[in-house]
Amino acid sequence: MTRSTAGLLFAGPALAAIGVFFVLPVAAALLLSLTDFDIYAVADPANLRFVGLANYARLLGDASFWNALGNTLYFAAVGGTLSVLVSLGGALLLEAPLARARGFFRTVYFLPVVTTLVAVAIVWRFLYHPRIGLLNRALETVGLPAVDWLGDPAFAMPAIIGLAIWKNFGWNLVIFAAGLQAIPERLYEAARLDGASGWQQLRHVTLPLLLPTTSFVVLMTAIGSLQLFAEPYVMTQGGPGDATRSLVLLMYEQGFRWWNLGHAAAIAFVLFAIVAAFTALARRLTREGSA
Amino acid sequence: MRRRALSTLTLAALLTLALFSLAPLLWMLSLSLMPAGEATALPPRLLPSAPTLAHYEALFARLPLARALGNSLLLASAATVLGLLSNSLAGYAFAKLHFRGRDALSRVLLAALVIPGQVAMLPLFLLVKELGLVNSYAGVLVPSLASIFGIFLVRQYVASIPDALLDAARLDGAGELRVFTAVVLPLCRPVLVTLGTFTFLGAWNDFLWPLVVLGDEKLQPLPVALASLLGEHAPDVEILMAGAVLTVLPVVVLFIALQRYYLQGILAGSLRG
Repeated sequence: MTRSTAGLLFAGPALAAIGVFFVLPVAAALLLSLTDFDIYAVADPANLRFVGLANYARLLGDASFWNALGNTLYFAAVGGTLSVLVSLGGALLLEAPLARARGFFRTVYFLPVVTTLVAVAIVWRFLYHPRIGLLNRALETVGLPAVDWLGDPAFAMPAIIGLAIWKNFGWNLVIFAAGLQAIPERLYEAARLDGASGWQQLRHVTLPLLLPTTSFVVLMTAIGSLQLFAEPYVMTQGGPGDATRSLVLLMYEQGFRWWNLGHAAAIAFVLFAIVAAFTALARRLTREGSA
Repeated sequence: MRRRALSTLTLAALLTLALFSLAPLLWMLSLSLMPAGEATALPPRLLPSAPTLAHYEALFARLPLARALGNSLLLASAATVLGLLSNSLAGYAFAKLHFRGRDALSRVLLAALVIPGQVAMLPLFLLVKELGLVNSYAGVLVPSLASIFGIFLVRQYVASIPDALLDAARLDGAGELRVFTAVVLPLCRPVLVTLGTFTFLGAWNDFLWPLVVLGDEKLQPLPVALASLLGEHAPDVEILMAGAVLTVLPVVVLFIALQRYYLQGILAGSLRG
């Protein structure tokens, strides 16, 4: 067996699996988004018609699409920013010269990341409970009014953001911590010789040198946030009203609940276009960063 | 003096963040050990008055969670074995074996890495339905057969193995399969543990795809079983919390045991850029 044949044979199973179960479905989704594939077509493909860009055109005038897009961008902008800030703050703490028990704290901060969302959502729903939830009891003791976290359209998305930050901040914290460790100690020594305070060292040494890591983290977080689905699915089912219905949740409902697969595939490709734009931006930034 | 104060302050801040991380998990555990009705009593209790394991017994005796636990173990293990097998073979091939179209394929894969998985989901479901795999373990496992992330993770690691080592084995008369099993795989152990942990945890925590594919309660893994428990039967809070603990505990233990490898996987992924 030549090396080239072996290469094809070894790579073959994985490539075949990715081709059939990923690339093919993605291509099919693109085609699907150009058809009126619905429950009748599921029953009998003869009912399928090519409709061109009609599904996309329909999205433009569809209030539920714009609402879902707005919710998704709200989550990505507010939740993403807060999440990155918590991760950065945590990493700075963890890598502070005076920090102790770093390994222990890193493990603890990371634990929520590996937990099963459906399971932790159960306790978070209970934490947010208007009457017996710990959060409202805590608000009460400091004299603030109780909030119907998951039942009030104004508070439901912030509540989802709270859960998402708790669940995910450890991931970016680990990346930030590695970025901080890569900053040479001699730069801090030089800064101290010049009389720089701790705050000045942070502003003029740490943060500038951490910039490539930060832009990577920000963009990956944005890309991940745009795919928001499971949190609202298990916490609110998209409600109250439409307050937490994200793009992917809308796609899921249109596709798997109402079987409007053409319509759902168009939503998926709008999401893809947004994610692709962010990724292109990320690639450009990392290239500039490394150049 | 000032240094001491700063050190105490740092520790206090680290502990506060640790409390934020742990409090929901500890509260979940505490609620699951409370006697029936105590979780919803007012004022709320932080700790059980008399810890009991009754709700865990109920999970197994009255509710189908033992079967769900078995399904979860089976599905996550199968996904891990299948993924390790295909991704390590492909990762090695992409790193060390020059086959036709390799560089073009590798560019295509890198580009495909950007596509969110949800895009493929609807047609994938139709495909799985067409293959008659709806309501089967095989249908759930189909997306785990190979992963682009896994291939690149292994490729990056294998690239650091010197060619001379592989050539020496070939000179000794080893065939290509033997070179892979006897030389490459043993050297790859760390990255295989990394990939295996990622795959296992990912499969264990996966919710959406099993939910879509498995309508049959007998086949559902823990997250899906837990969600349907939550939706329809609405049992007592203490029992729900016991179910949540049962779902989370295995992955938490696995992560603590293998975290060194797991965290390396994140960093490898983030350096790829």
